[in-house]
Amino acid sequence: MKKEIIISGFGGQGGLAIGKNLVEAGMAEGLFVTWAPSYGPEMRGGTANCSVVLSDKPVGSPVFNHPTELIALNEPSLEKFEAGVLPGGVVFINSDVVTDKVSREDLKAIYVPCSKIAEEVGNPKVGNMVMLGAYVAQTKVLKPETIEHMIEEMFAGPKAKFIPLNIEAFRRGMACVE
Amino acid sequence: MEKELWKGNEAIAEAALRAGCDCYFGYPITPQSEVPEYMSAHMPKYGKVFVQAESELAAINMVYGAGGAGLRAMTSSSSPGISLQQEGITYLAGAEVPCVIVNCMRGGPGLGTIQPGQSDYYQCTRGGGNGDYRTLVLAPSNIQETVDCIQEAFDIADQYRNPVMVVMDGLIGQMMEPIEWKPYKKRELAPKDWAATGRYGREEHNIINSLYIDPELCDVHNKHLAEKYALIEKNEVRWECIDCDDAEVIITAYGTPARIALTALENLRAQGIKVGLFRPITLWPFPEKALHDLVGNDNVKVILDVELSSTGQMIDDIRLAVEGRKPIRYLGHAGGVMPTVEEICETAINALKEVK
Repeated sequence: MKKEIIISGFGGQGGLAIGKNLVEAGMAEGLFVTWAPSYGPEMRGGTANCSVVLSDKPVGSPVFNHPTELIALNEPSLEKFEAGVLPGGVVFINSDVVTDKVSREDLKAIYVPCSKIAEEVGNPKVGNMVMLGAYVAQTKVLKPETIEHMIEEMFAGPKAKFIPLNIEAFRRGMACVE
Repeated sequence: MEKELWKGNEAIAEAALRAGCDCYFGYPITPQSEVPEYMSAHMPKYGKVFVQAESELAAINMVYGAGGAGLRAMTSSSSPGISLQQEGITYLAGAEVPCVIVNCMRGGPGLGTIQPGQSDYYQCTRGGGNGDYRTLVLAPSNIQETVDCIQEAFDIADQYRNPVMVVMDGLIGQMMEPIEWKPYKKRELAPKDWAATGRYGREEHNIINSLYIDPELCDVHNKHLAEKYALIEKNEVRWECIDCDDAEVIITAYGTPARIALTALENLRAQGIKVGLFRPITLWPFPEKALHDLVGNDNVKVILDVELSSTGQMIDDIRLAVEGRKPIRYLGHAGGVMPTVEEICETAINALKEVK
């Protein structure tokens, strides 16, 4: 098993955090993982992305041009990375921000209304957890319990009040995938 | 031991602290600014010294002073900043002051780009400073190896009284990976009775100096340095060979390109193409004999060197080791553009077709 995932969006949308959550959960499940960010003189409102590898074997290249999955949180990300996705790959789209559809027919597209669900559960900041839920439900490479346990550890102590909110966002994201 | 997720640059700083780094002097520059950031937050807690110097030039001279006083001193920077430090590095080498210098390389020349590069190979192995000197250069290719190298670098520096450089392309500094904090094997080190820490009743002053105005003495000093470098070449050379035994194509690469080449190797092997990877871990001393012997094998048809450099720099050391016995091909990009797995596979296949 090897997943090569590109997660891309505006700075502040939580794309890099989704990547970090994926590698932390992967590590907890004993997988080999890497997280490599794009870095550069990005302007406010510009696009930031990261490359994540989850594998059952030690990771060679931490960077790649043909991801198995793309998580596109904004329009420029879909434009930039759709062409490179491996045939048969999956594209996850934040459908509240991206109005375009996936144009290739050899890809599976999953439209997740991250912002709308985040508002519904009570905090616009948890949109990334919604997307994480959709990814986990679709790919089944990580156990939902691992993510939920990670959320509990992430918000330990005085931040514990955020645990139910994040877990609900994660579960609502999972429910977006049939 | 439990694995922890670390960002490369922060892991470099933490590794240095665990190795007993007494003082850090540096100046921020992308893509390594998290090193001084981490040091500034954590060194005061342990009673260690952190100074954000006014420039890289000042930082390396602070390292010279602190190292000369027998402390474990370190600086880190990225390519243009390391260029500024060359004068200090040759003084450190000449005066035999141990220190650790981290170069988280970006593309050049000049200010170049902040994206990952490997075009400082000449600078770190040949020396940008004047004189017959060498710095021992470690080039890890993942974060685990980076923290292991950083910790050992302080011991190596002390053992030989010589600057040790740890160089990695900017991606290794920026990425995150799980690592284990393994206890590193400490070396037996002599007391620093040469350090300028005060006379304490000794008859002679300890003087830290690189000036030998008497030509005879300068000649003797250079011979002594040359003997030390020969000893380092004998003891410290490191490399890794993967799937080289039956390989027809040997890919040579270090740092991140070696990882990309490893994925290419797996893909090519799956197609039945016999490819091996030769990865130098010390850039100086270069694993010349190991590569020399490897390419002497009859099964080796061609060597493909891959670097983050437009012209290739390590390729010169490869040519010296190969001695013209086998053809060498080159694949490189500069400016932060990474060679892709597909490109490496295609180049390796074409190279093999050409020579067969």
